[in-house]
Amino acid sequence: MARKINLRIWRGNSTDGALQDVTVDAMEGEVILDVIHRVQAEQMNDLAVRWNCKAGKCGSCSMEINGKPRLACMTRVSTFEDGETVTITPLRAFPVIKDLVTDVSFNYKKAMQIPAFQPPADLKPGQARMQQIDVERSQEFRKCIECFLCQDACHVIRDHEENKKSFAGPRFFIRIAELDMHPLDVIRNRKQTAQEEHGLGMCNITKCCTEVCPEHIKITDNAIIPMKERVVDVKYDPLRWLGSVIRKRDGIL
Amino acid sequence: MAITTPGTGVFSEGRAKLSAKTFRTDKWWIQPFITVVVLFSFIVYATFRAFENGKYFAAPLISPFYSPCLSKACANGAVSFVGTPFGIYHVLGMTVSPSLFILIFPLAFRMTCYYYRKAYYRSFWMSPPACAVAEPHAKYTGETRAPLILQNGHRYAFYAGLVFNVFLTIDAIDAFKNEKGQWGHMSVGTLVLLANATFLWLYSASCHTCRHTVGGRLRNFSQHPIRYKIWTWVSILNHKHQNFAWISLFGVALCDLYVRQVSGHSIRNLYFF
Repeated sequence: MARKINLRIWRGNSTDGALQDVTVDAMEGEVILDVIHRVQAEQMNDLAVRWNCKAGKCGSCSMEINGKPRLACMTRVSTFEDGETVTITPLRAFPVIKDLVTDVSFNYKKAMQIPAFQPPADLKPGQARMQQIDVERSQEFRKCIECFLCQDACHVIRDHEENKKSFAGPRFFIRIAELDMHPLDVIRNRKQTAQEEHGLGMCNITKCCTEVCPEHIKITDNAIIPMKERVVDVKYDPLRWLGSVIRKRDGIL
Repeated sequence: MAITTPGTGVFSEGRAKLSAKTFRTDKWWIQPFITVVVLFSFIVYATFRAFENGKYFAAPLISPFYSPCLSKACANGAVSFVGTPFGIYHVLGMTVSPSLFILIFPLAFRMTCYYYRKAYYRSFWMSPPACAVAEPHAKYTGETRAPLILQNGHRYAFYAGLVFNVFLTIDAIDAFKNEKGQWGHMSVGTLVLLANATFLWLYSASCHTCRHTVGGRLRNFSQHPIRYKIWTWVSILNHKHQNFAWISLFGVALCDLYVRQVSGHSIRNLYFF
């Protein structure tokens, strides 16, 4: 059964824009992306919206719905009250291109700054073996769909544009954690670079990244805090430092 | 405190031109508000009790705010097995409370705790007050500079916290005595001290630093099966760290309040046997 839903959609570009009210039909079981498509088809033919899979797996339709960073394809219309006006804006941490489409290239630049996985030089193709318990740990981080909702919610860059130079953001802290926890990765200074180059110390663990993650990755508890503790091992803990000197190893087994 | 101005944060050049700091329609302010009220109330009560320097011992019960009692000013019978390394000091004509020699350690543990950091950064410092709600600060450097870089010393506060847990556990065991020091008795106070010690152990065991120490720092779980097993147990507790943080906080305050009331003869410590 159809119902009417009131939307307030932001329309504009990088220099100007405004919220525009629109009322549209919403069918039972539909999600916000469905009604945005209906608006696009019936009332605002030039409305720009990025989307792809409509299944919560491509990470394209990230936007802010009633102020919360969400995937439009995973936000059911039925979660809003009858008569409620739903405000839809683009991600507010990134420059806008048009309407609901933002320029997220910041994230791709950060991704390129993280050295890729590097196995031991003498490891031949087909020789690598990992136990399931070692795989499971990083498997969680591999669920990331790169929707960048965590990057959008992170106040370090959302509220401080100037920090974008020195802060990689939660999406890339899980990438660094995944690699640093990998038994076969031979790059040993990921902890130091996480702190010194990617701004791990800027994070004050307020967990907004975890709250908005559509894949329910425990970004703070399983990646950021473990990385902070590993950084303490190599940079701030005198006893660990002494232990590593005496036992001649890097402190991480 | 500088206020976010046009041209910074969500109002930066190139971002969507929107005037509101947030479009959240839910009651996002309730959680930080409750956190402020509860933590502030605890701080006021704990400060009062730390300086009160009295009503902290009613044999065999001792308040967690005063244990271990390390000063020569401690009440008779309240001194632990480590004795009294501190003398009696006076400041402005008042005797320095024995509580002041020890409270810095559990305070440091909670202040540097990863959960409490989230709680007070959000609620007291509003950095941010809630997710996707613009914070009021013009600049932000996180935990990269003094004094917040000291948060990296959390593990040392954790170790100190473990020592205090041992003392409070001994206090709970001592509570199986009666007022005359004879073993084999149990009272409401015994249960109160046991519950307090249990909550504190759960809070410590669920700590992120504990999780890192027992196995989280390993790169290769499969080569350390015992440490991996312990890590999985601590990880289960770690999911509830926030709950244990609050329960243990209330536990300490209520335990102290009970001992205070018994010590002040406001209530009787009922014995089961």
